[in-house]
Amino acid sequence: MHEKTLAGLSQALHSKAISSVELTEHYLKRIEQFDGALNSYITVTPELALEQARVADARLAAGDAGPLTGIPLAHKDLFCTQGIRTSCGSKMLDNFIAPYESTVTARLLAAGTVTLGKTNMDEFAMGSSNESSYYGAVRNPWNTEHVPGGSSGGSAAAVAARLCAAATGTDTGGSIRQPAGYTALTGLKPTYGRISRWGMIAYASSLDQAGPMARTAEDCALLLQAMAGFDERDSTSVDEPVPDYSAELNQPLSGLRIGLPKEYFASGLDTATADAIAAAVKQFQALGAEIKDISLPNAELAIPAYYIIAPAEASSNLSRFDGVRFGYRCENPADLTDLYKRSRAEGFGDEVKRRIMVGAYALSAGYYDAYYLQAQKVRRLIKNDFMAAYEQVDVILCPTSPTPAFRIGEKIDDPVSLYLTDIYTITANLAGVPGIALPAGFAGDLPIGMQLLGPYFSEARLLNVAHQYQQHTDWHTRAPAGI
Amino acid sequence: MQWEIVIGLEIHAQLTTASKIFSGSATSFGAEPNTQASLIDLGMPGTLPVLNAQAVRNAVKFGLAIDAEIGMTNVFARKNYFYPDLPKGYQISQMDLPIVGKGFLDITLDDGTVKRVGVTRAHLEEDAGKSLHEDFQGMSGIDLNRAGTPLLEIVSEPDMRSAKEAVAYAKTIHSLVRYLGICDGNMAEGSLRCDCNVSVRPKGQAEFGTRCEIKNVNSFRFIEKAINTEVQRQIELIEDGGTVIQETRLYDPNKDETRSMRSKEEANDYRYFPDPDLLPVVIEPAFIETVRGELPELPQQKRERFQSEFGLSAYDASVLAASRELADYFEEVQRVCGDAKLAANWVMGELSSLLNKSDIEIDQSPVSASQLGGMILRIKDNTISGKIAKMVFEAMADGEGDADQIIEAKGLKQVTDSGAIEAMLDDVLAANADQVEQYRASDEAKRGKMFGFFVGQAMKASKGKANPQQVNQLLKQKLDG
Repeated sequence: MHEKTLAGLSQALHSKAISSVELTEHYLKRIEQFDGALNSYITVTPELALEQARVADARLAAGDAGPLTGIPLAHKDLFCTQGIRTSCGSKMLDNFIAPYESTVTARLLAAGTVTLGKTNMDEFAMGSSNESSYYGAVRNPWNTEHVPGGSSGGSAAAVAARLCAAATGTDTGGSIRQPAGYTALTGLKPTYGRISRWGMIAYASSLDQAGPMARTAEDCALLLQAMAGFDERDSTSVDEPVPDYSAELNQPLSGLRIGLPKEYFASGLDTATADAIAAAVKQFQALGAEIKDISLPNAELAIPAYYIIAPAEASSNLSRFDGVRFGYRCENPADLTDLYKRSRAEGFGDEVKRRIMVGAYALSAGYYDAYYLQAQKVRRLIKNDFMAAYEQVDVILCPTSPTPAFRIGEKIDDPVSLYLTDIYTITANLAGVPGIALPAGFAGDLPIGMQLLGPYFSEARLLNVAHQYQQHTDWHTRAPAGI
Repeated sequence: MQWEIVIGLEIHAQLTTASKIFSGSATSFGAEPNTQASLIDLGMPGTLPVLNAQAVRNAVKFGLAIDAEIGMTNVFARKNYFYPDLPKGYQISQMDLPIVGKGFLDITLDDGTVKRVGVTRAHLEEDAGKSLHEDFQGMSGIDLNRAGTPLLEIVSEPDMRSAKEAVAYAKTIHSLVRYLGICDGNMAEGSLRCDCNVSVRPKGQAEFGTRCEIKNVNSFRFIEKAINTEVQRQIELIEDGGTVIQETRLYDPNKDETRSMRSKEEANDYRYFPDPDLLPVVIEPAFIETVRGELPELPQQKRERFQSEFGLSAYDASVLAASRELADYFEEVQRVCGDAKLAANWVMGELSSLLNKSDIEIDQSPVSASQLGGMILRIKDNTISGKIAKMVFEAMADGEGDADQIIEAKGLKQVTDSGAIEAMLDDVLAANADQVEQYRASDEAKRGKMFGFFVGQAMKASKGKANPQQVNQLLKQKLDG
């Protein structure tokens, strides 16, 4: 059963070839069997899942079902799920049972999906390897000595290992696309504002965006359909009509203008990755696309700008974790200051503390202009680069990361080298434009990812381009060995 | 040395909106702790603020009323600091681009002179919750009902030169926000709170002295006392060779002193930055015009109209226009009796002292405007004298009915029958024959002084019911022959 894509499972459910309960039981069994080695789930919710599956089966029987009804999903553990622990991968929220439902999960539940559990992640979504989780590192199903990427590493590993049909992720600086690239998945980061952030525990509010992680572009289209849309509870969500994302999947690519940004193919790019992208370029040409060299001249400024803006917002967003109302509280505080200091010192991990300190520094009096304001100006330049590029091309093609997944522990003591793994993904977050990652080959047993970036609200086009590629390649159909 | 006092005020006005500035929770005062705190007010992970349009409308109203520029694009910023009653660890406020820019207010001082005070800016922000330190045995309680209540922080220029001017300014703001219906002005419940920035400088010096900020003064009386106390402290300090340090101080009304809370060095670095959860608020000119159209007649306009339409003095007009309720009451009395001057005298005189004595507001007055107007009609048609009217007024205040009922029931109708008055006067003069003799032997100046005695005796004899003009006239005839 787990061989099928989400779209395939949907068909099987609608044709009554399988029931949602059977499917859910199957995934629960696989989680029990394989997740010990992978650590992709923080919380598994079997009883809830089976109850939801029974309801879904009733809907399917009554003919009151959509394409997602009965599909077992996993959710990144930063989406608030009512009555279920929502830990954000942190000791700080290990005891936090969310009292309400996020918009993303609520919409997916309304569509009839089943929640298998909550997936592991870098603590508060801060990381690119899933090694900063309080619940331990996640292993890449393609090679368990390697990281699955981050911060949505649990979701990536769970989908890649077929421990769920698909999963939700969030992408603040590549956190959907980089792990999708490392695990041969298709992952979409929509335009900022396309999906509501209500109930999504914030890392960097102006960059955070939820999206689907699945095996194919077709699956992502089905999930995005349910997730996208205006939400009056999120002032930054955009009141823009939601198109039918599946309708244009089969459009031919003839005449499509694809840009290759020269800055993304410069030094530091691994040869196997460069070769895989070159092969993909040929494939697109064969499908009728026109390839153009373009420039995103300010791309090199993206990492420093991101590591000012994201920590600055995070330092403020994470202030609410003070041991007073919810989350971790230290034992026997001597006074208020002690309560604050020890609850936060004991509740947060190193990477979170590092970013809070960087962010607080960047916002402090006397440094704000030099750091935060300057970074915002860079952000504007990067956005302008994209706008100029989209006057020449329809989509931009580039790798998701400079190399395939690295080894667990390899970069753990070198934060800057870890930060640089997001060099190709971060620009899209800074500009707010959408991007989709999809598998483009392998380097040995490790997947190579590529990404397509498009103008604002071009998700349907990106899904179409990715889908057409997947109609003519089979990277996305491969499964990790042994599971 | 002659010292000049320099004062600027920061007034926090709680805006009367049905729900909070960034959440749907109710804002009413006095509810059970934490019953008006939603997920958003609790700062739950994953929650987001959504701006209340009514708060924006109220702020724009205020801006238009003080002739200020309205920030067409205004931005919300986070002010970061840790405190238990600040659930998110930051307060959403406005920093660089406030909703109300530079404006001004004209204040009327006790001597009737008008002074213009500049308003630097006014910005929207959310209130914090309350920490409760009693009843928790060594622990503190937190009530988040108030967290997220919309505030308009109104910052004045350092234009005031005495505690009295500061109070006059605060009263003018208080009156204005109530007129506009954007704040209930209830200082006891904290709906209007005042921070006073105070400094002194030698008279004639151009630069300002170092200022101290007195936080959270919550009555007009305390504003005056706190400023005077602080001014005294600063002057004594400087004259003793010391220097004022910039700091935040608290006023203790029990000891009538200000105490240091924290110095500038200890002050938080609030790390302001634009709140990424809220987009800049763009205000369209059409919206401003709509709000302008909704503005009521403002205190200043009312004062001017009371002078031109009713011929009231500047002082009377300003007292009556100080609150919308008082002005409405006065206008109703005037409408019923058709005599603005009498109406003004009664409202500012008997009625005000009655309200003061009972410590109640005009809307709780036991004598309604139409009752008072009806009574004044009876003064005007000579049914009762002014003196009897005071008795009637007291009876109305005690709930004994309308003026006519009371006059009837107590037989207070004025005696205007000349024959009856003359007979009464003859009796009075006969009973005071010695004084009559003295009077007639005196010169004109002395007579004038003695005349009042006979009037008093006559009114007493008539139990106040004799028409005073007739008494005067007839008495004069009888005495002077």
